[in-house]
Amino acid sequence: MSNQGFVDLFPLLIGLCGVLFTLGVIGVLVRRNAIVIFMSVELMLNAANLAFIIFARALNQIDGQIFVFFVMVVAAAEVAVGLALIVTIFRTKQSINVDSINSLKG
Amino acid sequence: MNLQVTSTDYLSILPPTILAVFAMLVLVIDLFVKPERRPGLAWLALIGFVVAGVAAFALINQRGTGFHGMIALDPYAQVLGLVAIVAGGFTVLTSFNYVRDRNIGRSEYYALLLFSVSGMVLMASANNLIIVFIALELLSIPLYVLAGFARPDPQSEEAALKYFLLGAFASGFLLFGIALTYGALGSIDLTVIAAKIGQVGSSPMLLIGAGLILVGLGFKVAAVPFHMWTPDVYEGAPTPITGFMSVGAKAAGFAAMLRVFGYSLHAIQADWVIIVAILSAATMIVGNIIAISQTNLKRMLAYSSIAHAGYILMGVASANQTGMAGALFYLLAYTFTNIGAFAVLTAMARPEGENQTFPAYRGLYKRSPGLALMMMIFMLSLTGIPLTGGFIGKYYLFLSAIEARLYWLAIIGVLTSVVSAFFYLRVIVDMFMREAEPGQEVKAVNYAPLNWTINLTALATFVLGVIPTSALALVQLAAKLLMGT
Repeated sequence: MSNQGFVDLFPLLIGLCGVLFTLGVIGVLVRRNAIVIFMSVELMLNAANLAFIIFARALNQIDGQIFVFFVMVVAAAEVAVGLALIVTIFRTKQSINVDSINSLKG
Repeated sequence: MNLQVTSTDYLSILPPTILAVFAMLVLVIDLFVKPERRPGLAWLALIGFVVAGVAAFALINQRGTGFHGMIALDPYAQVLGLVAIVAGGFTVLTSFNYVRDRNIGRSEYYALLLFSVSGMVLMASANNLIIVFIALELLSIPLYVLAGFARPDPQSEEAALKYFLLGAFASGFLLFGIALTYGALGSIDLTVIAAKIGQVGSSPMLLIGAGLILVGLGFKVAAVPFHMWTPDVYEGAPTPITGFMSVGAKAAGFAAMLRVFGYSLHAIQADWVIIVAILSAATMIVGNIIAISQTNLKRMLAYSSIAHAGYILMGVASANQTGMAGALFYLLAYTFTNIGAFAVLTAMARPEGENQTFPAYRGLYKRSPGLALMMMIFMLSLTGIPLTGGFIGKYYLFLSAIEARLYWLAIIGVLTSVVSAFFYLRVIVDMFMREAEPGQEVKAVNYAPLNWTINLTALATFVLGVIPTSALALVQLAAKLLMGT
């Protein structure tokens, strides 16, 4: 991509990151299935990754792209733990609907 | 670029490395010892905390940065690192019998605890926002598992799932905030940000980024309106872990918040002070008011922990040296007090089942006078009565708000402290002045390591309140060196 093309596209690309992030936030707030909530969280993280890459290109730095690798590794670790927790709770409750997981209240 | 690794680099990550090495040792040795000897690995974990604590204490006068400015080596990092290490060490002592009685005493428990503390220590010394993010995950992921460690107890599992979903949600906010900060300033090195911001000032993108970082860290320290997870998670998690979470995760969250806002974004404080001040006021009011109506002591202490996040936020909002030193001292005092209070709750958890409602504490003075006396010290310190560490901490935080001309915030702080006396003193009244109903006499368990924890933390709470001089000098030095004036 030529530099001029990137400069023209830059606001659109940042807008895309914002939209993806917002979709993730809305997903977490309105969906009730633990797995789908978790997928929405991943969408938020990936919106941030995309932003890192776009900014790295705009600033002509390599740093932003390196950060993405850190984030991907951390996100993978989080998936491993998160899915294990969801499987455990499914075994006990036979459901991963967060509305049915409500024994703690007050 | 110079890719040599110098001794400063190693020194800067020495305490978290020691903790991580001991965590791996615990995991590996677990494979080679007989099952009946595995509980002894708790002592190995405790040795790890002691060694890391000694290392952090020895580094307290070092200054510099490691790994090209990624990790800071300064008194601030070591003070907050020590807070997390102390919390971890005492948690091992309180857990010892609790996990054995409930059959959850697997060695992974202690390994996860060590990993989590290493993340907290790393968080305290993070000098780059990406390290803040990694440290936050390193401390959170083991905590998600520890919260659910009492499985198949449904409450513990539920606590783990809620903590996980909302914790991951919060890290999403934090990461997007970091990305926007990177876009606005071209760097996420906190020293570079501090230098650049003086020249370029604030921009909308930077402010949105900083706001998202505040949301992400606000979740971790349980500030209102990001506190919804706290009571459920604290109630469901195993009691020693609740105590650990309430101080360790809070200390780490504030470590990052004070460094990012008090140091890097100090030059644009006019843009964020009012927001943090409102968060602080809301947190103090909501936490203290809802705590009044609680019937379960564990849940009451969860709301109390929210309220205390509000007091510490007051130190962040003041954005001056008194505020930072006050916040550090408060975290120190709060760590001893809250670990002690949760150790008492652990002592009240009978192996056959846990009953943390107020009636269970009635007449405790008759059954175990020592325990009731210690609990009284903790409750008085949480209220902020003179001669306890909590009083000195609150005094400095209110002073910092007045210095920063946030008079209304200081007034809300004092008023909510008065409100908090109601529910803290109710515990004391229940223990000393009321009789247990027949059949409700819960007897405290009597284990040596648990008693050491309770006595030592009570002593520390008392010492910090009576002769706080050396601790105050230390936190003032840490704040002075970080804020650079």
